[in-house]
Amino acid sequence: MSSTGVTRGVSDPMIKQLTVFLENSPGRLAGLTRALGDAGVNMRALMVADTAEFGVVRIICDRPEVARAALEEAGFGVSVTDVLAVEVPDSPGGLADVLEVLGGIGVNVEYAYCYVEPGGTAAIDVFRVEDIARATDALRAANMRVLGPADVYAVGG
Amino acid sequence: MFQPEYEAMDRGALERLQLERLNDMLTRVYGAVPMYRERFDAAGIAPRADSLEALADLPFTVKDDLRSAYPYGMFAVPLRDIVRVHSSSGTTGQVTVVGYTSGDIDRWSDLMARTLACAGATPDDVVQVTYGYGLFTGGLGVHYGAERLGCTTIPISGGNTKRQVQVLKDFGATVLACTPSYAVLIAETASEMGIDPRSLPLRAGVFGAEPWSENMRRQIEELFGITAIDIYGLSEVLGPGVASECSCQCGLHVNEDHFIIEIVDPATLRPVPDGERGEVVFTTLTKEGIPVLRYRTRDISRIVPGECACGRTFRRMERVSGRTDDMLIIRGVNVFPSQIEQVLAGIPGVAPHYQVVLTKRGSMDHVEVHVEVGPDVPFDEIKTLEALRTRVAAEIASALAVSIAVRLVEPKSIQRSEGKAQRVLDRRDEGSE
Repeated sequence: MSSTGVTRGVSDPMIKQLTVFLENSPGRLAGLTRALGDAGVNMRALMVADTAEFGVVRIICDRPEVARAALEEAGFGVSVTDVLAVEVPDSPGGLADVLEVLGGIGVNVEYAYCYVEPGGTAAIDVFRVEDIARATDALRAANMRVLGPADVYAVGG
Repeated sequence: MFQPEYEAMDRGALERLQLERLNDMLTRVYGAVPMYRERFDAAGIAPRADSLEALADLPFTVKDDLRSAYPYGMFAVPLRDIVRVHSSSGTTGQVTVVGYTSGDIDRWSDLMARTLACAGATPDDVVQVTYGYGLFTGGLGVHYGAERLGCTTIPISGGNTKRQVQVLKDFGATVLACTPSYAVLIAETASEMGIDPRSLPLRAGVFGAEPWSENMRRQIEELFGITAIDIYGLSEVLGPGVASECSCQCGLHVNEDHFIIEIVDPATLRPVPDGERGEVVFTTLTKEGIPVLRYRTRDISRIVPGECACGRTFRRMERVSGRTDDMLIIRGVNVFPSQIEQVLAGIPGVAPHYQVVLTKRGSMDHVEVHVEVGPDVPFDEIKTLEALRTRVAAEIASALAVSIAVRLVEPKSIQRSEGKAQRVLDRRDEGSE
Protein backbone atom coordinates (compact mmCIF):
# COMPACT_ATOMS: atom_id res chain seq x y z
CA MET A 1 0.00 0.00 0.00
CA SER A 2 2.68 2.46 1.05
CA SER A 3 5.16 3.70 -1.54
CA THR A 4 7.98 2.77 0.81
CA GLY A 5 6.45 -0.57 1.67
CA VAL A 6 9.73 -2.44 1.32
CA THR A 7 11.18 -0.71 4.37
CA ARG A 8 8.53 -2.03 6.76
CA GLY A 9 9.30 -5.66 6.19
CA VAL A 10 5.68 -6.46 5.34
CA SER A 11 5.07 -9.66 3.51
CA ASP A 12 4.39 -9.86 -0.19
CA PRO A 13 0.95 -8.75 -1.42
CA MET A 14 -1.52 -11.62 -1.20
CA ILE A 15 -3.45 -13.25 -3.98
CA LYS A 16 -7.13 -12.48 -3.44
CA GLN A 17 -9.57 -15.28 -4.13
CA LEU A 18 -13.31 -14.60 -4.20
CA THR A 19 -15.63 -17.07 -2.55
CA VAL A 20 -19.33 -16.94 -3.36
CA PHE A 21 -22.00 -18.78 -1.37
CA LEU A 22 -24.57 -20.32 -3.70
CA GLU A 23 -27.72 -22.27 -3.14
CA ASN A 24 -27.99 -25.37 -5.30
CA SER A 25 -30.61 -24.15 -7.71
CA PRO A 26 -30.75 -23.96 -11.48
CA GLY A 27 -29.30 -20.83 -13.03
CA ARG A 28 -27.41 -19.51 -10.01
CA LEU A 29 -23.95 -20.27 -11.40
CA ALA A 30 -25.00 -18.86 -14.76
CA GLY A 31 -26.17 -15.68 -13.03
CA LEU A 32 -22.88 -15.41 -11.18
CA THR A 33 -20.71 -15.80 -14.28
CA ARG A 34 -22.93 -13.46 -16.29
CA ALA A 35 -22.55 -10.77 -13.62
CA LEU A 36 -18.76 -11.14 -13.87
CA GLY A 37 -18.88 -11.11 -17.66
CA ASP A 38 -20.99 -7.97 -17.74
CA ALA A 39 -18.48 -6.29 -15.43
CA GLY A 40 -15.68 -7.18 -17.85
CA VAL A 41 -14.00 -9.47 -15.34
CA ASN A 42 -11.84 -12.24 -16.77
CA MET A 43 -11.62 -15.40 -14.70
CA ARG A 44 -8.34 -17.29 -14.38
CA ALA A 45 -9.69 -20.23 -12.40
CA LEU A 46 -13.04 -21.33 -11.05
CA MET A 47 -13.71 -24.16 -8.64
CA VAL A 48 -17.08 -25.30 -7.30
CA ALA A 49 -17.28 -27.18 -4.01
CA ASP A 50 -20.73 -28.46 -3.26
CA THR A 51 -22.78 -30.22 -0.64
CA ALA A 52 -26.31 -31.53 -1.04
CA GLU A 53 -27.86 -28.14 -0.43
CA PHE A 54 -25.40 -25.41 -1.18
CA GLY A 55 -22.08 -24.77 -2.79
CA VAL A 56 -19.22 -22.39 -2.61
CA VAL A 57 -17.61 -21.12 -5.77
CA ARG A 58 -13.97 -20.03 -5.59
CA ILE A 59 -12.68 -17.70 -8.24
CA ILE A 60 -9.32 -16.28 -9.22
CA CYS A 61 -9.74 -13.41 -11.66
CA ASP A 62 -7.93 -10.44 -13.08
CA ARG A 63 -9.62 -7.77 -10.93
CA PRO A 64 -10.88 -9.15 -7.61
CA GLU A 65 -12.23 -5.86 -6.23
CA VAL A 66 -14.20 -5.07 -9.39
CA ALA A 67 -15.53 -8.63 -9.37
CA ARG A 68 -16.53 -8.40 -5.72
CA ALA A 69 -18.42 -5.15 -6.23
CA ALA A 70 -20.21 -6.53 -9.29
CA LEU A 71 -21.26 -9.69 -7.47
CA GLU A 72 -22.47 -7.81 -4.41
CA GLU A 73 -24.40 -5.45 -6.64
CA ALA A 74 -26.04 -8.51 -8.21
CA GLY A 75 -27.06 -9.73 -4.77
CA PHE A 76 -24.48 -12.47 -4.14
CA GLY A 77 -22.77 -13.06 -0.81
CA VAL A 78 -19.05 -12.70 -1.43
CA SER A 79 -16.04 -13.08 0.80
CA VAL A 80 -12.41 -12.50 -0.10
CA THR A 81 -9.75 -14.94 1.02
CA ASP A 82 -5.96 -14.83 0.76
CA VAL A 83 -4.55 -17.87 -0.98
CA LEU A 84 -1.15 -19.21 -1.86
CA ALA A 85 -0.26 -19.96 -5.50
CA VAL A 86 2.73 -22.01 -6.55
CA GLU A 87 4.00 -22.74 -10.02
CA VAL A 88 4.97 -26.38 -10.41
CA PRO A 89 6.34 -28.23 -13.42
CA ASP A 90 3.55 -29.94 -15.34
CA SER A 91 5.07 -33.35 -14.77
CA PRO A 92 4.44 -36.36 -12.47
CA GLY A 93 5.20 -35.66 -8.81
CA GLY A 94 5.11 -31.87 -9.14
CA LEU A 95 2.23 -31.35 -6.72
CA ALA A 96 3.54 -33.99 -4.30
CA ASP A 97 6.82 -32.08 -3.97
CA VAL A 98 4.95 -28.95 -2.91
CA LEU A 99 2.70 -30.77 -0.45
CA GLU A 100 5.66 -32.54 1.13
CA VAL A 101 7.30 -29.20 1.87
CA LEU A 102 4.09 -27.93 3.47
CA GLY A 103 3.60 -31.14 5.41
CA GLY A 104 7.21 -30.99 6.54
CA ILE A 105 6.64 -27.70 8.36
CA GLY A 106 3.24 -28.77 9.73
CA VAL A 107 1.11 -26.50 7.54
CA ASN A 108 -2.34 -27.94 6.97
CA VAL A 109 -3.98 -27.48 3.56
CA GLU A 110 -7.70 -26.67 3.87
CA TYR A 111 -8.29 -27.09 0.16
CA ALA A 112 -6.37 -26.90 -3.10
CA TYR A 113 -7.01 -26.76 -6.83
CA CYS A 114 -4.86 -26.39 -9.91
CA TYR A 115 -5.08 -24.88 -13.34
CA VAL A 116 -2.79 -24.77 -16.33
CA GLU A 117 -2.00 -21.62 -18.22
CA PRO A 118 -2.91 -21.76 -21.91
CA GLY A 119 0.17 -22.91 -23.82
CA GLY A 120 2.19 -23.14 -20.61
CA THR A 121 4.40 -25.94 -19.45
CA ALA A 122 3.80 -25.34 -15.74
CA ALA A 123 0.69 -25.83 -13.63
CA ILE A 124 -0.45 -23.34 -11.05
CA ASP A 125 -1.55 -24.85 -7.75
CA VAL A 126 -3.70 -22.77 -5.45
CA PHE A 127 -3.73 -23.57 -1.72
CA ARG A 128 -5.70 -22.33 1.23
CA VAL A 129 -3.45 -22.59 4.28
CA GLU A 130 -3.51 -20.94 7.69
CA ASP A 131 -0.04 -19.42 7.62
CA ILE A 132 0.70 -18.19 4.13
CA ALA A 133 3.88 -16.34 5.12
CA ARG A 134 5.50 -19.38 6.72
CA ALA A 135 4.46 -21.60 3.81
CA THR A 136 5.89 -19.08 1.35
CA ASP A 137 9.25 -18.97 3.12
CA ALA A 138 9.51 -22.75 3.24
CA LEU A 139 8.60 -23.17 -0.43
CA ARG A 140 11.09 -20.53 -1.53
CA ALA A 141 13.78 -22.15 0.57
CA ALA A 142 13.03 -25.34 -1.39
CA ASN A 143 13.55 -23.38 -4.63
CA MET A 144 9.91 -23.40 -5.60
CA ARG A 145 8.28 -20.52 -7.40
CA VAL A 146 5.64 -18.85 -5.24
CA LEU A 147 3.51 -16.51 -7.31
CA GLY A 148 2.30 -13.01 -6.50
CA PRO A 149 -0.92 -11.30 -7.59
CA ALA A 150 0.66 -9.88 -10.73
CA ASP A 151 1.61 -13.40 -11.82
CA VAL A 152 -1.86 -14.89 -11.55
CA TYR A 153 -4.25 -12.01 -12.33
CA ALA A 154 -2.98 -11.40 -15.88
CA VAL A 155 -3.26 -13.95 -18.68
CA GLY A 156 0.05 -15.60 -19.46
CA GLY A 157 1.42 -14.25 -16.12
CA MET B 1 -46.57 8.95 32.68
CA PHE B 2 -49.02 10.77 30.44
CA GLN B 3 -52.14 10.18 32.59
CA PRO B 4 -50.95 9.11 36.05
CA GLU B 5 -54.46 9.62 37.44
CA TYR B 6 -55.44 6.51 35.48
CA GLU B 7 -52.17 4.69 34.80
CA ALA B 8 -51.24 4.54 38.49
CA MET B 9 -54.80 4.20 39.76
CA ASP B 10 -55.58 2.33 42.95
CA ARG B 11 -56.61 -1.22 41.93
CA GLY B 12 -59.88 -1.11 43.89
CA ALA B 13 -60.93 2.15 42.28
CA LEU B 14 -59.87 0.83 38.88
CA GLU B 15 -61.98 -2.30 39.24
CA ARG B 16 -65.02 -0.25 40.28
CA LEU B 17 -64.49 1.96 37.22
CA GLN B 18 -64.17 -1.14 35.01
CA LEU B 19 -67.40 -2.65 36.31
CA GLU B 20 -69.31 0.60 35.86
CA ARG B 21 -67.97 1.03 32.32
CA LEU B 22 -68.62 -2.62 31.49
CA ASN B 23 -72.31 -2.33 32.37
CA ASP B 24 -72.58 0.85 30.36
CA MET B 25 -70.99 -0.94 27.42
CA LEU B 26 -73.30 -3.96 27.73
CA THR B 27 -76.33 -1.67 27.68
CA ARG B 28 -75.05 0.08 24.59
CA VAL B 29 -74.30 -3.05 22.55
CA TYR B 30 -77.56 -4.73 23.57
CA GLY B 31 -79.49 -1.70 22.42
CA ALA B 32 -77.63 -0.98 19.19
CA VAL B 33 -75.98 -4.13 17.80
CA PRO B 34 -78.43 -6.78 16.57
CA MET B 35 -75.88 -9.59 16.84
CA TYR B 36 -75.32 -9.01 20.56
CA ARG B 37 -79.02 -8.59 21.30
CA GLU B 38 -79.77 -11.89 19.53
CA ARG B 39 -76.97 -13.64 21.36
CA PHE B 40 -78.05 -12.49 24.81
CA ASP B 41 -81.72 -13.23 24.06
CA ALA B 42 -80.96 -16.68 22.63
CA ALA B 43 -78.93 -17.60 25.73
CA GLY B 44 -81.49 -16.06 28.06
CA ILE B 45 -78.80 -13.85 29.66
CA ALA B 46 -79.34 -10.26 30.71
CA PRO B 47 -76.82 -7.74 29.34
CA ARG B 48 -75.50 -7.05 32.81
CA ALA B 49 -72.51 -8.01 34.97
CA ASP B 50 -72.81 -7.92 38.73
CA SER B 51 -69.07 -8.39 39.12
CA LEU B 52 -66.03 -8.48 36.88
CA GLU B 53 -65.90 -12.25 37.38
CA ALA B 54 -69.36 -12.48 35.79
CA LEU B 55 -67.81 -11.39 32.50
CA ALA B 56 -66.58 -14.99 32.05
CA ASP B 57 -70.20 -16.12 31.53
CA LEU B 58 -70.94 -13.66 28.72
CA PRO B 59 -70.67 -14.53 25.01
CA PHE B 60 -67.47 -14.18 22.99
CA THR B 61 -66.93 -12.22 19.80
CA VAL B 62 -64.75 -13.73 17.07
CA LYS B 63 -63.21 -12.48 13.86
CA ASP B 64 -65.92 -14.19 11.81
CA ASP B 65 -68.57 -12.08 13.55
CA LEU B 66 -66.91 -8.98 12.18
CA ARG B 67 -66.54 -10.58 8.76
CA SER B 68 -70.23 -11.48 8.63
CA ALA B 69 -71.11 -7.95 9.65
CA TYR B 70 -68.95 -6.49 6.85
CA PRO B 71 -68.76 -3.58 6.48
CA TYR B 72 -70.78 -1.74 9.15
CA GLY B 73 -73.01 -4.34 10.79
CA MET B 74 -71.30 -4.24 14.20
CA PHE B 75 -71.27 -0.45 14.54
CA ALA B 76 -73.09 0.68 17.66
CA VAL B 77 -73.77 4.24 16.50
CA PRO B 78 -75.28 5.65 13.31
CA LEU B 79 -72.79 6.24 10.50
CA ARG B 80 -73.23 9.99 10.86
CA ASP B 81 -71.47 9.73 14.25
CA ILE B 82 -68.52 7.79 12.77
CA VAL B 83 -65.69 10.12 11.80
CA ARG B 84 -63.20 7.55 10.58
CA VAL B 85 -62.99 3.94 9.47
CA HIS B 86 -59.99 1.61 9.44
CA SER B 87 -59.76 -1.93 8.32
CA SER B 88 -57.77 -4.97 9.35
CA SER B 89 -54.75 -5.81 7.24
CA GLY B 90 -56.45 -8.86 5.78
CA THR B 91 -53.38 -11.04 6.41
CA THR B 92 -55.53 -13.81 7.83
CA GLY B 93 -58.59 -13.67 5.58
CA GLN B 94 -61.30 -11.29 4.48
CA VAL B 95 -60.85 -7.76 5.74
CA THR B 96 -62.96 -6.34 8.53
CA VAL B 97 -63.99 -2.73 8.98
CA VAL B 98 -63.95 -0.78 12.23
CA GLY B 99 -65.36 2.69 12.90
CA TYR B 100 -64.41 5.45 15.32
CA THR B 101 -66.46 8.32 16.75
CA SER B 102 -64.74 11.61 17.48
CA GLY B 103 -64.72 10.52 21.13
CA ASP B 104 -62.98 7.27 20.13
CA ILE B 105 -60.29 9.18 18.23
CA ASP B 106 -59.81 11.44 21.23
CA ARG B 107 -59.36 8.53 23.65
CA TRP B 108 -57.16 6.66 21.18
CA SER B 109 -54.88 9.71 20.95
CA ASP B 110 -54.56 9.68 24.75
CA LEU B 111 -53.77 5.98 24.79
CA MET B 112 -51.08 6.33 22.12
CA ALA B 113 -49.65 9.34 23.97
CA ARG B 114 -49.40 7.03 27.01
CA THR B 115 -47.64 4.45 24.81
CA LEU B 116 -45.07 6.92 23.54
CA ALA B 117 -44.55 8.27 27.06
CA CYS B 118 -43.93 4.65 28.11
CA ALA B 119 -40.99 4.68 25.69
CA GLY B 120 -39.74 7.82 27.42
CA ALA B 121 -40.94 10.24 24.74
CA THR B 122 -41.65 13.87 25.65
CA PRO B 123 -42.63 16.96 23.64
CA ASP B 124 -38.91 17.38 22.94
CA ASP B 125 -38.88 14.25 20.79
CA VAL B 126 -39.11 13.91 17.02
CA VAL B 127 -41.17 10.83 16.13
CA GLN B 128 -40.76 9.15 12.74
CA VAL B 129 -43.98 7.26 12.04
CA THR B 130 -42.94 4.50 9.68
CA TYR B 131 -46.07 2.41 10.18
CA GLY B 132 -48.26 2.51 7.10
CA TYR B 133 -50.82 5.29 6.88
CA GLY B 134 -54.16 4.41 5.39
CA LEU B 135 -56.68 1.75 6.29
CA PHE B 136 -54.09 0.09 8.56
CA THR B 137 -54.40 1.53 12.08
CA GLY B 138 -50.64 1.74 12.74
CA GLY B 139 -49.70 4.98 11.00
CA LEU B 140 -52.55 7.26 12.04
CA GLY B 141 -52.74 5.64 15.46
CA VAL B 142 -49.15 6.51 16.35
CA HIS B 143 -49.47 9.83 14.56
CA TYR B 144 -52.34 11.10 16.71
CA GLY B 145 -50.63 9.93 19.89
CA ALA B 146 -47.38 11.65 18.97
CA GLU B 147 -49.23 14.89 18.28
CA ARG B 148 -51.26 14.52 21.48
CA LEU B 149 -48.06 14.14 23.48
CA GLY B 150 -46.69 17.22 21.73
CA CYS B 151 -43.89 15.51 19.81
CA THR B 152 -42.67 16.70 16.44
CA THR B 153 -44.30 14.15 14.15
CA ILE B 154 -42.90 12.93 10.83
CA PRO B 155 -45.73 11.20 8.89
CA ILE B 156 -43.42 9.37 6.49
CA SER B 157 -45.45 6.13 6.43
CA GLY B 158 -43.82 2.84 5.37
CA GLY B 159 -41.67 1.96 2.39
CA ASN B 160 -38.73 3.48 0.50
CA THR B 161 -36.15 2.32 2.99
CA LYS B 162 -33.31 4.52 1.77
CA ARG B 163 -35.52 7.56 2.23
CA GLN B 164 -36.39 6.32 5.74
CA VAL B 165 -32.69 6.35 6.58
CA GLN B 166 -32.14 9.75 5.00
CA VAL B 167 -35.06 11.28 6.91
CA LEU B 168 -34.02 9.66 10.19
CA LYS B 169 -30.66 11.32 9.73
CA ASP B 170 -31.63 14.67 8.21
CA PHE B 171 -34.75 15.37 10.31
CA GLY B 172 -33.05 14.19 13.47
CA ALA B 173 -35.72 11.68 14.50
CA THR B 174 -35.29 10.51 18.09
CA VAL B 175 -38.11 7.96 18.19
CA LEU B 176 -38.89 5.41 15.47
CA ALA B 177 -42.24 3.61 15.17
CA CYS B 178 -42.46 0.60 12.83
CA THR B 179 -42.58 -3.19 12.79
CA PRO B 180 -39.51 -4.82 14.36
CA SER B 181 -38.57 -6.66 11.16
CA TYR B 182 -38.63 -3.38 9.26
CA ALA B 183 -36.42 -1.77 11.91
CA VAL B 184 -33.78 -4.42 11.16
CA LEU B 185 -34.07 -3.70 7.43
CA ILE B 186 -33.67 0.04 8.06
CA ALA B 187 -30.49 -0.63 10.06
CA GLU B 188 -29.10 -2.89 7.32
CA THR B 189 -29.96 -0.33 4.67
CA ALA B 190 -28.29 2.45 6.64
CA SER B 191 -25.10 0.38 6.84
CA GLU B 192 -25.22 -0.28 3.10
CA MET B 193 -25.55 3.46 2.54
CA GLY B 194 -22.44 4.01 4.63
CA ILE B 195 -24.39 5.45 7.57
CA ASP B 196 -23.70 3.83 10.93
CA PRO B 197 -27.16 3.28 12.47
CA ARG B 198 -25.66 4.03 15.88
CA SER B 199 -24.67 7.48 14.66
CA LEU B 200 -28.33 8.42 14.11
CA PRO B 201 -29.94 10.58 16.82
CA LEU B 202 -32.53 7.87 17.57
CA ARG B 203 -32.89 7.01 21.25
CA ALA B 204 -36.04 4.91 21.39
CA GLY B 205 -38.29 2.82 19.20
CA VAL B 206 -41.88 1.62 19.58
CA PHE B 207 -42.22 -1.62 17.69
CA GLY B 208 -45.25 -3.82 17.22
CA ALA B 209 -47.82 -5.29 14.81
CA GLU B 210 -45.98 -8.63 14.61
CA PRO B 211 -44.62 -11.10 17.15
CA TRP B 212 -40.93 -10.70 17.92
CA SER B 213 -38.52 -12.12 20.40
CA GLU B 214 -36.45 -10.82 23.29
CA ASN B 215 -33.27 -11.58 21.37
CA MET B 216 -34.51 -9.61 18.39
CA ARG B 217 -35.19 -6.71 20.75
CA ARG B 218 -31.61 -6.84 22.04
CA GLN B 219 -30.37 -6.98 18.47
CA ILE B 220 -32.36 -3.91 17.42
CA GLU B 221 -31.23 -2.06 20.55
CA GLU B 222 -27.64 -2.96 19.73
CA LEU B 223 -27.93 -2.05 16.02
CA PHE B 224 -29.25 1.46 16.67
CA GLY B 225 -28.10 2.04 20.24
CA ILE B 226 -31.69 2.64 21.41
CA THR B 227 -34.31 1.44 23.87
CA ALA B 228 -36.82 -0.75 22.00
CA ILE B 229 -40.33 -0.93 23.41
CA ASP B 230 -42.91 -3.54 22.47
CA ILE B 231 -46.37 -2.17 21.79
CA TYR B 232 -49.56 -4.10 21.22
CA GLY B 233 -52.89 -3.50 19.61
CA LEU B 234 -55.30 -4.79 17.00
CA SER B 235 -57.81 -2.96 14.89
CA GLU B 236 -60.80 -4.98 16.14
CA VAL B 237 -60.14 -3.71 19.65
CA LEU B 238 -58.64 -0.29 18.85
CA GLY B 239 -55.39 -0.41 16.90
CA PRO B 240 -52.06 0.30 18.60
CA GLY B 241 -52.54 1.62 22.13
CA VAL B 242 -54.15 -1.39 23.77
CA ALA B 243 -51.01 -2.26 25.74
CA SER B 244 -47.42 -1.11 25.91
CA GLU B 245 -44.22 -1.89 27.70
CA CYS B 246 -42.72 0.71 29.98
CA SER B 247 -38.99 1.31 30.35
CA CYS B 248 -38.79 -1.76 32.64
CA GLN B 249 -39.36 -3.94 29.55
CA CYS B 250 -41.01 -6.62 31.64
CA GLY B 251 -44.42 -7.06 30.08
CA LEU B 252 -46.94 -4.76 28.41
CA HIS B 253 -49.22 -2.68 30.62
CA VAL B 254 -52.78 -3.11 29.40
CA ASN B 255 -54.77 0.12 29.44
CA GLU B 256 -57.23 -1.44 31.84
CA ASP B 257 -59.36 1.66 32.29
CA HIS B 258 -60.44 1.15 28.66
CA PHE B 259 -60.06 -2.59 28.12
CA ILE B 260 -60.55 -5.71 30.20
CA ILE B 261 -58.05 -8.44 29.43
CA GLU B 262 -58.79 -12.11 30.00
CA ILE B 263 -56.59 -15.10 29.23
CA VAL B 264 -58.59 -18.20 28.34
CA ASP B 265 -57.72 -21.78 27.61
CA PRO B 266 -58.19 -22.04 23.79
CA ALA B 267 -59.75 -25.47 24.20
CA THR B 268 -62.18 -24.95 27.10
CA LEU B 269 -62.52 -21.17 26.69
CA ARG B 270 -62.50 -20.82 30.49
CA PRO B 271 -60.24 -18.17 32.08
CA VAL B 272 -56.87 -19.47 33.28
CA PRO B 273 -55.16 -18.24 36.48
CA ASP B 274 -52.77 -15.28 36.20
CA GLY B 275 -49.39 -16.44 34.97
CA GLU B 276 -50.69 -19.24 32.78
CA ARG B 277 -50.51 -19.00 29.01
CA GLY B 278 -53.59 -18.94 26.84
CA GLU B 279 -55.51 -16.96 24.25
CA VAL B 280 -55.87 -13.25 24.91
CA VAL B 281 -59.44 -11.93 25.05
CA PHE B 282 -60.33 -8.24 25.19
CA THR B 283 -63.51 -6.38 26.07
CA THR B 284 -63.65 -2.72 25.14
CA LEU B 285 -65.13 -0.50 27.86
CA THR B 286 -65.27 2.93 26.27
CA LYS B 287 -65.28 2.31 22.52
CA GLU B 288 -68.39 3.89 20.96
CA GLY B 289 -68.06 3.16 17.25
CA ILE B 290 -67.57 -0.58 17.45
CA PRO B 291 -67.48 -1.94 20.99
CA VAL B 292 -66.49 -5.61 21.25
CA LEU B 293 -67.40 -8.01 24.02
CA ARG B 294 -64.83 -10.69 24.88
CA TYR B 295 -63.07 -10.51 21.52
CA ARG B 296 -60.89 -13.57 20.91
CA THR B 297 -57.62 -12.21 19.52
CA ARG B 298 -56.00 -15.59 18.71
CA ASP B 299 -52.83 -14.14 20.26
CA ILE B 300 -51.08 -16.28 22.83
CA SER B 301 -49.83 -14.62 26.00
CA ARG B 302 -50.14 -14.64 29.79
CA ILE B 303 -50.55 -12.15 32.61
CA VAL B 304 -47.23 -11.29 34.25
CA PRO B 305 -47.85 -11.64 37.99
CA GLY B 306 -46.77 -8.98 40.45
CA GLU B 307 -46.34 -5.24 40.42
CA CYS B 308 -44.18 -3.21 38.07
CA ALA B 309 -41.37 -0.97 39.31
CA CYS B 310 -42.54 1.89 37.07
CA GLY B 311 -45.51 2.71 39.32
CA ARG B 312 -48.20 1.87 36.78
CA THR B 313 -50.84 -0.32 38.38
CA PHE B 314 -52.22 -1.73 35.13
CA ARG B 315 -51.54 -5.44 34.86
CA ARG B 316 -49.03 -6.58 32.27
CA MET B 317 -49.38 -9.12 29.49
CA GLU B 318 -46.27 -10.90 28.36
CA ARG B 319 -45.11 -10.19 24.82
CA VAL B 320 -47.25 -12.21 22.43
CA SER B 321 -45.49 -15.51 21.82
CA GLY B 322 -47.50 -16.47 18.76
CA ARG B 323 -50.93 -16.81 17.30
CA THR B 324 -53.25 -19.72 17.69
CA ASP B 325 -53.46 -19.86 13.88
CA ASP B 326 -49.68 -19.54 13.23
CA MET B 327 -49.01 -22.41 15.52
CA LEU B 328 -47.46 -25.35 13.71
CA ILE B 329 -47.78 -28.83 15.05
CA ILE B 330 -44.59 -30.64 14.12
CA ARG B 331 -44.60 -34.31 15.05
CA GLY B 332 -46.98 -33.52 17.86
CA VAL B 333 -45.06 -30.55 19.26
CA ASN B 334 -46.59 -27.06 19.20
CA VAL B 335 -44.16 -24.68 17.51
CA PHE B 336 -44.48 -20.92 17.11
CA PRO B 337 -42.28 -19.20 14.52
CA SER B 338 -41.26 -16.69 17.21
CA GLN B 339 -39.50 -19.49 19.10
CA ILE B 340 -37.33 -20.15 16.06
CA GLU B 341 -36.54 -16.47 15.80
CA GLN B 342 -35.49 -16.44 19.45
CA VAL B 343 -33.00 -19.23 18.76
CA LEU B 344 -31.58 -17.64 15.60
CA ALA B 345 -31.06 -14.27 17.22
CA GLY B 346 -28.76 -15.95 19.73
CA ILE B 347 -26.44 -17.45 17.11
CA PRO B 348 -23.70 -15.30 15.61
CA GLY B 349 -23.29 -15.77 11.87
CA VAL B 350 -26.91 -16.07 10.89
CA ALA B 351 -29.11 -13.16 9.89
CA PRO B 352 -32.35 -12.59 11.86
CA HIS B 353 -34.25 -13.29 8.65
CA TYR B 354 -35.77 -16.71 8.39
CA GLN B 355 -38.70 -18.53 6.92
CA VAL B 356 -40.40 -21.75 7.91
CA VAL B 357 -41.23 -23.56 4.68
CA LEU B 358 -43.82 -26.32 4.53
CA THR B 359 -43.73 -28.70 1.58
CA LYS B 360 -44.99 -32.16 0.70
CA ARG B 361 -42.63 -35.08 0.37
CA GLY B 362 -44.83 -37.82 -0.95
CA SER B 363 -47.77 -37.83 1.41
CA MET B 364 -45.76 -36.43 4.32
CA ASP B 365 -45.51 -32.83 5.39
CA HIS B 366 -41.92 -31.65 5.41
CA VAL B 367 -40.86 -28.66 7.51
CA GLU B 368 -37.69 -26.79 6.83
CA VAL B 369 -36.29 -23.62 8.34
CA HIS B 370 -34.52 -21.42 5.83
CA VAL B 371 -31.85 -19.30 7.45
CA GLU B 372 -29.73 -16.66 5.82
CA VAL B 373 -25.99 -16.83 6.16
CA GLY B 374 -24.96 -13.55 7.78
CA PRO B 375 -22.68 -11.08 6.01
CA ASP B 376 -19.82 -11.68 8.44
CA VAL B 377 -19.51 -15.44 8.17
CA PRO B 378 -16.15 -16.50 6.72
CA PHE B 379 -17.91 -18.91 4.38
CA ASP B 380 -14.84 -19.75 2.35
CA GLU B 381 -14.70 -23.14 3.99
CA ILE B 382 -17.47 -25.69 3.67
CA LYS B 383 -16.78 -26.95 7.18
CA THR B 384 -17.60 -23.50 8.60
CA LEU B 385 -20.96 -23.59 6.88
CA GLU B 386 -21.66 -27.17 7.90
CA ALA B 387 -20.77 -26.32 11.49
CA LEU B 388 -23.11 -23.35 11.40
CA ARG B 389 -25.97 -25.40 10.00
CA THR B 390 -25.40 -28.15 12.56
CA ARG B 391 -25.38 -25.61 15.38
CA VAL B 392 -28.61 -23.96 14.22
CA ALA B 393 -30.31 -27.34 13.92
CA ALA B 394 -29.05 -28.46 17.33
CA GLU B 395 -30.15 -25.27 19.08
CA ILE B 396 -33.58 -25.37 17.48
CA ALA B 397 -33.97 -29.01 18.49
CA SER B 398 -32.93 -28.20 22.03
CA ALA B 399 -35.19 -25.14 22.40
CA LEU B 400 -38.27 -26.58 20.70
CA ALA B 401 -37.94 -30.21 21.72
CA VAL B 402 -38.40 -31.29 18.11
CA SER B 403 -35.84 -31.49 15.33
CA ILE B 404 -36.43 -29.49 12.17
CA ALA B 405 -34.39 -29.55 8.97
CA VAL B 406 -32.31 -26.42 8.47
CA ARG B 407 -31.24 -25.05 5.12
CA LEU B 408 -28.73 -22.25 4.76
CA VAL B 409 -29.73 -19.82 2.06
CA GLU B 410 -27.92 -16.96 0.37
CA PRO B 411 -27.60 -13.64 2.16
CA LYS B 412 -30.55 -11.33 1.46
CA SER B 413 -32.46 -14.03 -0.41
CA ILE B 414 -35.42 -14.12 1.98
CA GLN B 415 -37.88 -11.47 0.97
CA ARG B 416 -37.74 -8.40 3.21
CA SER B 417 -40.97 -6.98 4.45
CA GLU B 418 -41.92 -3.34 4.85
CA GLY B 419 -44.88 -4.39 6.97
CA LYS B 420 -45.54 -7.71 8.60
CA ALA B 421 -42.89 -10.30 7.85
CA GLN B 422 -44.15 -13.54 6.35
CA ARG B 423 -42.49 -16.17 8.49
CA VAL B 424 -44.34 -19.26 7.36
CA LEU B 425 -44.45 -20.20 3.70
CA ASP B 426 -46.90 -22.97 2.97
CA ARG B 427 -46.03 -24.68 -0.31
CA ARG B 428 -47.84 -27.91 0.42
CA ASP B 429 -50.27 -27.43 -2.46
CA GLU B 430 -47.49 -26.88 -5.02
CA GLY B 431 -46.91 -30.62 -5.40
CA SER B 432 -44.15 -32.88 -4.19
CA GLU B 433 -40.53 -31.85 -4.16
